[in-house]
Amino acid sequence: MMVKLKIFRFDPKNDKEPHYDFFAVDAKPTDRLLDCLNKVRWEHDGSLAYRMSCAHGICGSDGMTINGVSALSCQKLVKDYPADKEILIEPLSVFPVVKDLVVDMEPFFGREKSVHPHDGITLTVAEEGKEHLQTVEQRLQFDDDIKCIMCACCVSACPVSQKEDPAYVGPAAIVRAHRYIFDSRVKDMLERLQIMDKPHGAWSCKSYYKCTQVCPKEIQVTKHILEVKRKIIAELQTKKAAPTP
Amino acid sequence: MIYQYDAVIVGAGIAGLTAALKASETCNVAVISKVYASRSHSGSAQGGMAAALGNEEEDHWEWHMFDTVKGGDYLSDQDICEILAREAPQRVIELEHLGVPFSRNSEGKIEQRRFGGHTRNFGEAPVRRACYASDRTGRVIMDALYDQCLVRSVKIFDEFFVTSLLTSEGRCYGVSGYELATSEPAVFHAKAVLLATGGCGRIFKTTSMSFAATGDGFALAFDAGIPLEDMEFVQFHPTGIHNLGILVSEAARAEGGILRNGKGERFMERYAPTLKDLAPRDIISRAILTEVAEGRGVEGSDYVYLDLTHLGKEQLQLKLEEVTSFVKTYLGIDASVSPIPVAPTCHYMMGGIPTDAKGRVLADGKSAVLPGLYAAGECACVSVHGANRLGTNSLVDLVVFGKRAGADITDFADKNPLAPLPKDAELAVSSKMDRLLGMAGKEHAAMVREDMQKTMTQLCSVFRDRKGLEQAMQRIRELKGRMANLGLMSKGKRFNYELEEALELEVMMKLAEVIVYSALQREESRGAHYRNDFPERNDEAWLKHTLVFPMQTGFEVRYKPVVVTRFEPKARKY
Repeated sequence: MMVKLKIFRFDPKNDKEPHYDFFAVDAKPTDRLLDCLNKVRWEHDGSLAYRMSCAHGICGSDGMTINGVSALSCQKLVKDYPADKEILIEPLSVFPVVKDLVVDMEPFFGREKSVHPHDGITLTVAEEGKEHLQTVEQRLQFDDDIKCIMCACCVSACPVSQKEDPAYVGPAAIVRAHRYIFDSRVKDMLERLQIMDKPHGAWSCKSYYKCTQVCPKEIQVTKHILEVKRKIIAELQTKKAAPTP
Repeated sequence: MIYQYDAVIVGAGIAGLTAALKASETCNVAVISKVYASRSHSGSAQGGMAAALGNEEEDHWEWHMFDTVKGGDYLSDQDICEILAREAPQRVIELEHLGVPFSRNSEGKIEQRRFGGHTRNFGEAPVRRACYASDRTGRVIMDALYDQCLVRSVKIFDEFFVTSLLTSEGRCYGVSGYELATSEPAVFHAKAVLLATGGCGRIFKTTSMSFAATGDGFALAFDAGIPLEDMEFVQFHPTGIHNLGILVSEAARAEGGILRNGKGERFMERYAPTLKDLAPRDIISRAILTEVAEGRGVEGSDYVYLDLTHLGKEQLQLKLEEVTSFVKTYLGIDASVSPIPVAPTCHYMMGGIPTDAKGRVLADGKSAVLPGLYAAGECACVSVHGANRLGTNSLVDLVVFGKRAGADITDFADKNPLAPLPKDAELAVSSKMDRLLGMAGKEHAAMVREDMQKTMTQLCSVFRDRKGLEQAMQRIRELKGRMANLGLMSKGKRFNYELEEALELEVMMKLAEVIVYSALQREESRGAHYRNDFPERNDEAWLKHTLVFPMQTGFEVRYKPVVVTRFEPKARKY
């Protein structure tokens, strides 16, 4: 079958403004949209720029906006979309476009870094030559977080990141923080909570649930952000308010 | 642009980041990656990391060493296997101390599970040796290392493509390449360089490996005159999703999954009566294709079933979540209800750049260290995996030898000044790019690449013979001819992926030729290299490593002996 694609094109160094190109490629219903993009680049227009690598939803390279929804193009199949309509492919929102579907990820990774305390990631001391002991239940506290592949789909879909508070640290970074805050082996929980408690931190989240809806790894992102907020209240605000003995 | 560092590491997977963390204790380190560092292919490793911790049952490093040697069909260097097995437990503990979230057992220790070819008491029965985190072990190890690199301010150059090693007078003093965003040449001047670029699965049509796995590191070394070792040994993982090649982790069989042919038979009972579905990968891949050839594929087709239906939804969710979601996404199959169609998929290169136990590259393949140049991980051949790698031995290889390389780099950088940089270092990159950009032929790199991939899959995969390999060599030479007639559609400088893919194709074509050439020479069957025309292992003639050298015209093959210490070669039965 022929798949019709309408693809966002923009090279800020050479173009005055973005435009859209139309392509039709031969594909099977079970082909990935990434396969379709590859056909475009390999057979029609070698200049089309997009990132990709593992092609099965592990590496997080190929986040983009497909028919208005943030997603990985390697996780979406041709048959997931109406056959008679063109599929609209645009870059992730929030991030500046560098070329076509390639966006500048530096702000994203910078915010991932910002959730760590200055002196690094500090774990409790384990017995010499042995692992820390951690119960199955303790380990499950952050099991969902470690699925994150840093694809930035959640940030792209977030109305707060998009408009309301562009300086918002964003859902992915909070999931990263949650991963360490709820890990029983990590010592710097309070410092991380303080980072999350700052302006543009966890409190910027307005629970739109868009991040949770688009997450390619089905992480309960909003739930974890709420857990971080609750932890801030329990550990920073309640304890601070209580009189010291 | 010219950058200067004590150490430059090419590749940001687990080997590269492990070495970077170690070297950054005293050195100024840069890591260069052609994709964003966190996209590296180590993140796709699913099943686990082998170490004789003995958290679940009795285990010993000697057993691990033996399994590695036997799994490698006695081609592994045993002194190296001993290092791997002895150091593995400490490396796992170190990773845990860095924050890697391994799954836990009821005592709160790192949980361990069975894996192919890992046994108790020298082959008696499967043993629980694989430390893991669900089926995303590689991802979580890489993320922990990445976070540590972030907070320790290791400089990472994302989206830089390295095209040459800078060597002269027997010394390596950096690498050159270009920034993908701009096509601007970049020279990294350094005291020491580590190649940790991973594998080259994309040479084959069906592979579990990412698009980035084009073998750049192998070619960087080969272009600098360094031989490649044991390149005929290419691992085909038995359970790739049919047609797609996406990996269904061996962990699926470790947790109780069973392979069945078209008649519903558990055929591995016939091929490996003791370990059955947990036999090493080479044996299972041959078994699957034998079933298919004898008409027992599913519905007469070219695949078999991996049956996980008896494991139950909860177990699948807990232990095999990624795998379950892959088959759901790509096949629309619920693994708790229906079996998964699987077939062998290109997965791993046992061969690579010859190194010693400190990761130092050997210019003659044997003992002559090339000062300043290191290799680790899949692109290296320290020869721990021999003729066939066991599952979960890759992750442990990356951290054991990644760390050793990092440690020696520290030492080397401390004792040696920067070698002077010639004036024309940037020129080599731009001339390489300009040559391709200037070509106005009719051939598209993508089409030539597809023909190369088909050729390699048809003629140089699980089963091989002289006639097929000669045909493959002939076709590769024709394809090289077609590459002289390439023409790029895109001549732009900004994110010109077509240019990058053309450069990668040159790399892959070179490696395809070395693989076929190596496979033609070895007239025996050992591990993953199976010759229909020489179906037996022949220790008398072939218990030796292949070294292929680049020559003015063509290649030259030389050999070096295998190091045998504790375990005399024996027949390999499971």
